[in-house]
Amino acid sequence: MTNWLFHLRGAPLSARIGLALIVIYAILALFAPLIAPYGESEVAGAAYQPWIAPYYLGTDALGRDVMSRLIYGARNTVGLALITTCLAFLIGAALGLLAATVGGWVDTALSRLIDVLMAIPSLIFALLILTITGASATALVLVIAALDSTRVFRLSRAVAQGILTMDYIEVARMRGEGLGWIIRREILPNASAPLIAEFGLRFCFVFLFISALSFLGLGLQPPTADWGSMVRESARLISFANFATWQTATFGLAPLLPATAIAILTVAVNLVVDWVLHLSSGLKD
Amino acid sequence: MALKLSPIPKLVLKRLAIGVLTLIVVSAVIFWAVELLPGSIATEVLGQSATPETIAAFNAQFGLNDPPLWRYVTWLGNAVQGDFGQSLVTRRPITDLIGDRAFNTFFLAAYAALIAVPMSILLGLIAALYRGSLLDRWISSSTLAVISFPEFFVAYILILIFAVQLGWFPSLAGVTPAMSLGERLYVSFLPALTMVLIVTAHMMRMTRAAIVNLLALPYIEMAELKGMKRWWVIAIHALPNAVAPIVTVVALNLAYLIVGVVLVEVVFVYPGLGQLLVDSVAKRDMPVVQAACLIFAATYILLNLVADVIGILSNPRLLHPR
Repeated sequence: MTNWLFHLRGAPLSARIGLALIVIYAILALFAPLIAPYGESEVAGAAYQPWIAPYYLGTDALGRDVMSRLIYGARNTVGLALITTCLAFLIGAALGLLAATVGGWVDTALSRLIDVLMAIPSLIFALLILTITGASATALVLVIAALDSTRVFRLSRAVAQGILTMDYIEVARMRGEGLGWIIRREILPNASAPLIAEFGLRFCFVFLFISALSFLGLGLQPPTADWGSMVRESARLISFANFATWQTATFGLAPLLPATAIAILTVAVNLVVDWVLHLSSGLKD
Repeated sequence: MALKLSPIPKLVLKRLAIGVLTLIVVSAVIFWAVELLPGSIATEVLGQSATPETIAAFNAQFGLNDPPLWRYVTWLGNAVQGDFGQSLVTRRPITDLIGDRAFNTFFLAAYAALIAVPMSILLGLIAALYRGSLLDRWISSSTLAVISFPEFFVAYILILIFAVQLGWFPSLAGVTPAMSLGERLYVSFLPALTMVLIVTAHMMRMTRAAIVNLLALPYIEMAELKGMKRWWVIAIHALPNAVAPIVTVVALNLAYLIVGVVLVEVVFVYPGLGQLLVDSVAKRDMPVVQAACLIFAATYILLNLVADVIGILSNPRLLHPR
């Protein structure tokens, strides 16, 4: 950890901006009830108020405060994406490392299964499964985690195979260490750099995926505040955008607010991932 | 020595066999995913209060009493011949629902591809040739930004600028079969442009990476050292070796176009297959969802297959075996 803090001082401007943005999002998500002026689905006033105090970003069709919903959205959308990515990594990395270490028919069987799952485009597969399970937060997390773990599986298997050719693995095996020890104490520490970078990329992907499904009306269900569904709910307002006066302009910009929130976070994570990738490749040679 | 066969036919045949096998397995997954449904399709559609008689009649009408394996074989056999059965909600043949929409979707994807492919290869080449320059850095950062944006963000920005502010193009792409080609191209310009922007960003970055890798190889340096012109080096030495990676990149992105079309269609209310799929998922109309998924998945698998086969065919090392 101190290692990372040390590198932070030499981080390029883009990575610093990315990190700062991520910290802001994290604070908003963690302390949403303290920061948001109104409740998540509280009707705060009349519908479609302009951007003036006390509704700094106006109100939506039901009179809910848009700023409060954006802040709660950070908690719901980002939180869900984080849980999903962690789950995908738990499944994918565990199976990938296991497949590489054990080898033989376990490796073959798992790899063939993953090949089939990856042959179906993930959005299409997710839509198919969500038809069967119905749209709910749990279904969403499980489906996307399962689909995404296939990518993690491929990467961690490939990385582990490279590490397995090393002498220290052979030494550990000859010492009589068990499977669990070899995976946890020998492979995992050496595979952490590419896996951390992949975590960032996967998070972006999952986050966009959840937003897309919510935008299609198949993700988080109302009245939960969520950026994807907020875009969906206010989408048709954009045709009323009119930059003649300040008030009409803000009215039409409503769908762009949650969409911008999504876009900024993905850009921020990408900036940091670029830096981590650069760092881990630079440290090797 | 003359008997030494080129390994190409064997490799291509092997890849084709794997492709066909994947198609069959994927169709089975799509078919049997429905069997995991808690309860039966009949109670799902008719509701919990359905009487045993209505359920029996429903099962008989849709042939749900046959053994699953038989139903799968008939389903797949009919689907290959273009018959996808009946919608549970509208009770209309699915082929009627899908026909025009599938055409619209492929039209939109082809429209976007015709603009995106030449543009991104050219931009990728330029960025790779002048890498490190201001132009390259500008292209790289702007494409990174576009990749990070959700599709609907790009779409709404385009609507805001070109439809609402400038009024050049309609914001809703309601194409009808009666439209002429010109009208069609005009009405569906904004959805096509959205996909062009997203796909170009991906394709350009991958093309640039492929060319940059090539340019670092010793024989390129050799060609440059003997005084060849830059563009000539690219045309003679780099491009033949770059065909395989570039074609793979193009086919991967075309596969993405076919799938990414779903979101774009919903934003622009474009009457395509993606919109139908999303509507049917919301209504839980299983046969329609299965049919749409099968078409999307098959196109995706076939494009990936084509990419791999062209990759094998254009590999100089395989073409001139030692």
